[in-house]
Amino acid sequence: MLKKITTVASVVLLSALTACGSGGGAETGSTGGTITMGFAQVGAESGWRTANTKSIQDEAKAAGIELKFSDAQQKQENQIKAIRSYIQQKVSVIAFSPVVETGWDTVLLEAKRANIPVILTDRSIDSDDTSLYKTFLGSDFVEEGRKAGDWLVANTSGPTNVVELQGTTGAAPAIDRKKGFEEKIASKPDIKVVASQTGDFTRSGGKQVMEAFLKSQPKIDVVYAHNDDMGLGAIEAIKAAGKVPGKDIRIITVDAVKDGMQALANGEINFIVECNPLLGKQLMELAKKVVAGEQVPERVVTEEGTFTQEQAKTVLPQRQY
Amino acid sequence: MKNRLLWPLLALVALLLLNLAVTPSFFALRMQDGHLYGGLVDVLKNGAPTLLIALGMTLVIATRGIDLSVGAVAAIAGAVTCVHIGTSGSAATAFAGMALALVLCAVLGLWNGFLVAGLGIQPIIATLVLMTAGRGVAMLVTEGQIVTVNNTAYRQVGAGFVVLPVSILIALLVLGLVAFATRRTALGMLIEAVGVNPEASRLAGVRSRTIIWTVYVFAAVCAGIAGLMISSNVSAADANNAGLWIEMDAILAVVIGGTSLAGGRYSLTGTLIGALIIQTLTTTVYTIGVAPEVTLVFKAIVVIAVCLVQAPKARAALSFRKVAVPS
Repeated sequence: MLKKITTVASVVLLSALTACGSGGGAETGSTGGTITMGFAQVGAESGWRTANTKSIQDEAKAAGIELKFSDAQQKQENQIKAIRSYIQQKVSVIAFSPVVETGWDTVLLEAKRANIPVILTDRSIDSDDTSLYKTFLGSDFVEEGRKAGDWLVANTSGPTNVVELQGTTGAAPAIDRKKGFEEKIASKPDIKVVASQTGDFTRSGGKQVMEAFLKSQPKIDVVYAHNDDMGLGAIEAIKAAGKVPGKDIRIITVDAVKDGMQALANGEINFIVECNPLLGKQLMELAKKVVAGEQVPERVVTEEGTFTQEQAKTVLPQRQY
Repeated sequence: MKNRLLWPLLALVALLLLNLAVTPSFFALRMQDGHLYGGLVDVLKNGAPTLLIALGMTLVIATRGIDLSVGAVAAIAGAVTCVHIGTSGSAATAFAGMALALVLCAVLGLWNGFLVAGLGIQPIIATLVLMTAGRGVAMLVTEGQIVTVNNTAYRQVGAGFVVLPVSILIALLVLGLVAFATRRTALGMLIEAVGVNPEASRLAGVRSRTIIWTVYVFAAVCAGIAGLMISSNVSAADANNAGLWIEMDAILAVVIGGTSLAGGRYSLTGTLIGALIIQTLTTTVYTIGVAPEVTLVFKAIVVIAVCLVQAPKARAALSFRKVAVPS
């Protein structure tokens, strides 16, 4: 009996939800035709990226935007191919997260000539010609680095030796998170970055580099990892060295994916700066404005915060990714 | 052969001494929670997957072949095991998952062998198929996510210790088995014969096809075990990055060890030294603090140097100087 009631209830709920969805669709329809968006994603390399993809797909549906989605598997040539095919299909707007910073001028010029507006998400490009894209929606990586630095400055006293696990060499988040962090800790000469190496944003990379650091550095107080995964690898290495992560060696990371938040709640990570992948809603709003020919700011920053161990415990159950 | 191994061995010693010079405590070993702990132990532990894959690669290269799919196969092994384990913490599930993964890897090896020996496709093309497709399969298995597991039994494979890291013990065990099977029986000679001339060997009564088939299956199983180590080391399966470019490291290890890519002769000891050089190189970069921007250049210089000193012309020039200096 109870089962029946819940089934009925869920059916009612579902139909209510779809009603909401179609309502939204009708709304955009009235503002002039259906918008088609071509989105060229980097890949599916992490939980973060998957959440990013899902957010874009869900919000496109909710906003009544027809989404053409492609996965570049971390290769620039695939992304360029995808963008070219979107131009041929004459989509209303192209959005993409550039795999690397450079080499986009030609293909974006083609889009410009075809009068298709381009929105960058999550990562920026390095080009002198800012007319190639309408706006860049994404996190401010330098700001993320600053937040991490601020927390360390506020939560440390006396000489502090920091080791840094950098992201993929040359990637924008790696460069900027390093820059922002260094900017803030410069105010406190006691805090020193004694070693800094790339862990390629992966767990095994983070673990291997941390193992080497633990042997070559006589004293490590803090690990600053450019993403959660490398931080999680470092935790393993610290444990193997017979030290307690979060206590003997404090850990700061960036991202706030589920595994990272879990470790934060468990007390193995001390502080996480959020890098929010759920930018679908903001992206769809921007897309509508751009297609309608409205002015949009050149830079839109996603909304994101920071988490301490206590905060992680309270928000963990509702995290979507 | 002894002489040929001298240079790679010297390169390895030079790298280790470089570490010692920069970090005096590099050779320091101590017991930590009942296992050895130190820089050298890390080299062994992290080098085990490369060594295993290089072992399989040595035999494949000895038959004049090459296997580019090992990295993808490693990723599949980790993915299948982690997905099978899921949230379970039981040792039985872990072993079942690992067995399942290794059987699957053997099947993938059969596929490679079928393409090379059965259909006669060039090995580099045949294994390229699985190199590309395999990572896709791994992604499909994990649904593009990093699958995290929490299983004590599974952790042992890559991160566990029995005084020494379990991973290097497994790798050395396999090395011992291969050395026994190919150097104490006729198998090694048959493999070399196939590598020198498959057609002539077939006419002489050697089952060339079966031999080629066997080495590809062996390479895939080695890759599978290595994949288990890589994934177990961090208790997670990362379909995108697990074993990425490890085929290149493995080929390099084989070549540094003095095995010719033209097939025929091979050296297992050489491969062991080659794999150790590659891992020591990586560890060195971290220990002496080479800036990430120049890491690849640093590695390239060392590899070029090691390969150059093995080239007959360069060696002739070097030995000439040795004679010339005292006079």
